[in-house]
This record gives sequence, structure tokens and C-alpha cells, in this order.
Amino acid sequence: MSLAKRIIPCLDVDNGRVVKGVQFVDIRDAGDPVEVAKRYNEQGADEITFLDIKATHDNRGTMVDVVEAVASQVFIPLTVGGGIRTVEDIRQMLNAGADKVGINSAAVSNPEFVRQATQKFGSQCIVVAIDAKCVSAEGEPKRWEIFTHGGRKPTGIDAIEWAKKMADFGAGEILLTSMDRDGTKSGFDLDLTRAVSDAVAVPVIASGGVGELQDLTDGVKIGRADAVLAASIFHFGEHTVQQAKQQMADQGIEVRL
Amino acid sequence: MQRVAVIDYGMGNLRSVSKALEAVGDNVEVEVTSDPEKILAASHVVFPGQGAIGACMAELKRLGLTDVIQTVAAHKPFLGICIGMQLLLSHSDENEGVHGLDIFTGNVRHFDLPAAEDGSHLKVPHMGWNEVHQTAEHPLWHDIEQDSRFYFVHSYFAVPDDVQVTAATTAYPDSFTSAIYRDNIFAVQFHPEKSHHAGLQLLSNFLNWDGQL
Repeated sequence: MSLAKRIIPCLDVDNGRVVKGVQFVDIRDAGDPVEVAKRYNEQGADEITFLDIKATHDNRGTMVDVVEAVASQVFIPLTVGGGIRTVEDIRQMLNAGADKVGINSAAVSNPEFVRQATQKFGSQCIVVAIDAKCVSAEGEPKRWEIFTHGGRKPTGIDAIEWAKKMADFGAGEILLTSMDRDGTKSGFDLDLTRAVSDAVAVPVIASGGVGELQDLTDGVKIGRADAVLAASIFHFGEHTVQQAKQQMADQGIEVRL
Repeated sequence: MQRVAVIDYGMGNLRSVSKALEAVGDNVEVEVTSDPEKILAASHVVFPGQGAIGACMAELKRLGLTDVIQTVAAHKPFLGICIGMQLLLSHSDENEGVHGLDIFTGNVRHFDLPAAEDGSHLKVPHMGWNEVHQTAEHPLWHDIEQDSRFYFVHSYFAVPDDVQVTAATTAYPDSFTSAIYRDNIFAVQFHPEKSHHAGLQLLSNFLNWDGQL
């Protein structure tokens, strides 16, 4: 027995509420972040990630309040991402009670920021978030590029090379989202996940596309992810974190039950 | 009433530690502080830490806290967490070699994990929930099940010279020392403040501990 694979529910937060913008779900409001985080914690979530979906100045202030409220009641690791651009942003989130911050666009526009951040706060709290899209034509060897600004802006940077570079710059973990799969409920991009996981020494969190519990197991077994992140399958009571873990355990994956 | 000093030397998320202590203590005053007077006056001392050990040691020296820690570690209930455990050893290989507080003789080493034949490999940092196998009876293990999982995040681990000080081991994939103890000192590589029920139980045990074995 050894290290457990992690399940990380992700909470998209806007204006102090958990929201989920999935096309075919009408209920956009998924609840109060503290209540949702407590529920997931009781279900056995290994960590919780908050994503500030607007990343505006006003939303940032609300996010700090959310993190403070959750951190005084939920004693598992908390990650905050979305609009983290400066050392001051990181300090503010850590002081509010976050354990890790996710850096995405700011890493692309200034990779040195990741190095600075890891030197200042330690690798353990810097997660580099990568949004990748498959850009190879059919029949070609698969190739992925990274996109920024919520997947809208292409960068021309190869996703595998970028993940390696970020690990070299001190990132303690990679949060890897497939833009092709995000919101589709068709499962993780397992080729992408495995390619990145094998390429870097640091843990990789698979994200984007979870539609059923088997997807989580596949992410670990086939994609070789160290952790799996999902949002919508947990938000509306379709599945609990506990069910997800039981399903993974039944297929021989070590989890914390 | 317990007065807990959480030693603040600018490294790591001290808010998590203080919030967790407040959550489990009925009648406890928790202060995050770098003031030697307050640390010396506390009933219980928590020595946390995150980040690079070289920077941690440099800050402790700059703040004049190394002697204070030696003093309180000699008689008060004292809990080291993560880098706060590693700093108690004589030496660490991190940052091209750093001398620690030498309260426990031994070294701190990096995980060296080769890839398997199929290309898969265990990751460093060792991050997530792993089992803590208690190897010694101790008041801080009270009501914590054998092999409970705690949250870890670290790339280096302590190798004490004297195996008698080991209070727990964890496998990644080889067994390493995940907790050490002696007299009034207990120190853990994992993060009890982030380890839900088991972690909070350990912190509660610490607050109720008089430092005696």
C-alpha cells in the first residue's frame, strides 16, 4: 500500500457562488462554496480546487472571502486558480488560507514568474495550469498546443515541451486540461494525459471531459494521471466523490476511502 | 488554558496551522509569532515550514530564532511539521547542503525514483494522501488508527541516525521515516493541519499533551 490517487472536485466560483456553465444543464447556480466544499470534504474529496471564472478585480475580493470561509472549516488542501498574475496575488490567496495557487496565462506571458513564485513560496504551492488542444492532422503523430485566456488564445507552444519547462522552472504540479474534451462529458484526452505524465517528474492532474465514473479510472490507469479533477458530475448529485473512489478501488486503484 | 505559539519565520501557510489548532482546541489561544518572548512564554510550540530549507534556515538565523527553538525544544511540548521536522536534523542535502538545528542527528535526503520499464514513474514531490505506519506508542497517536492516511507534500525526507527515534514510517516506494520523537518533541513529515479527521485528532492530542512519554 502506498500513495493514493487523488480525486479533486473543482468549484467554478463567480460572485461568491459556485456556478457551472455546462450547456445542457439549466441550473447554473450550484450553491454556496462553503456548503459545497464541506459536502465534498465529508464525501472524502482529497483536495478542493476553486476556479475564479471571471478573474476580475471585484471577483478576486469575493474569492478571498470564499477561501477564508472555507479554510476555517475544511481541513484538506485547497487550490485557487484564475487570474493569478503577481506575487502579491499569490500571497493574498495563501494568506486567505489557500495551500496552492494555479497559474495559467501569466506563466505563458512571463515564464520567469513561475520561477520567482516557486523560489518565494516553494514548489509545493505552485500548480501550473495548462490548457491544451490537439493540433495535429489525422494520421500525423499527435501533437498538442497550449491555449490561454480560457482556451481562446493560441500560443504556438507545444504542450509537452511546455509542461517540461514549467517543471524545470519549479512547478510542483501540472493541472492539465484538454480543451477538446472540456465540457463534452466524453472522457479525458488519455493520449495527452499520458504523454504529459510520462514526460514530467512532477504529479499531473487530469482535467476536462469527465462524464462518468469510469472516465476517472481511465485517467489514472490509461492516462497515468496522479490525480483527477472533475466538476459537473459531482455538483448536481449525479455521483458522490465516495462512489467515484469506490469505483476506482474496485478496479485496483489505490484511493483514500 | 493552552497558549500555543506557531513559529512564524515567513515560510509557508501558517494560517492553515493556526486555524486547525483553533478548530480542535476548546480553550486555546493560538498565536502566529516570531517574537522570542512569546515563543518562550507559550505552553506548546508548533514549528511548521514550507519551501526551500536553505531559505528557511537563513530566515531563522536572521530573526535570531535558532537559540529560541533550541530552548523550547528542550522542555516544552514541541511539534515540528514538514520542513519544521527536517530542520531538526543535523543536515539536509537540499540547496547544495544546509546545516540544520542538529536536535536529532541525521540527514535529509532527496527521493531518487527511477522510472519503471513501461515508462511510468513515481512522481516527486511525493504529494497526496499516504499511509502512516506507527512504529512506536506515543500520546500523539491516541485515537488514530494504525496506517491512517495523512497528506504529504515534499521532495526530501529525514534519515535519522538512531532508528529508535522513529515514530512512524511511510512507503514511497521504500519505507522512509515520516515521524520522529524524543522526550517532549514530536515531528511529522506530513501536514496534520490538512489531513482532515486523522490530522485534527493529532493536533488535538498535541494540545492535550504535557510533553511526557
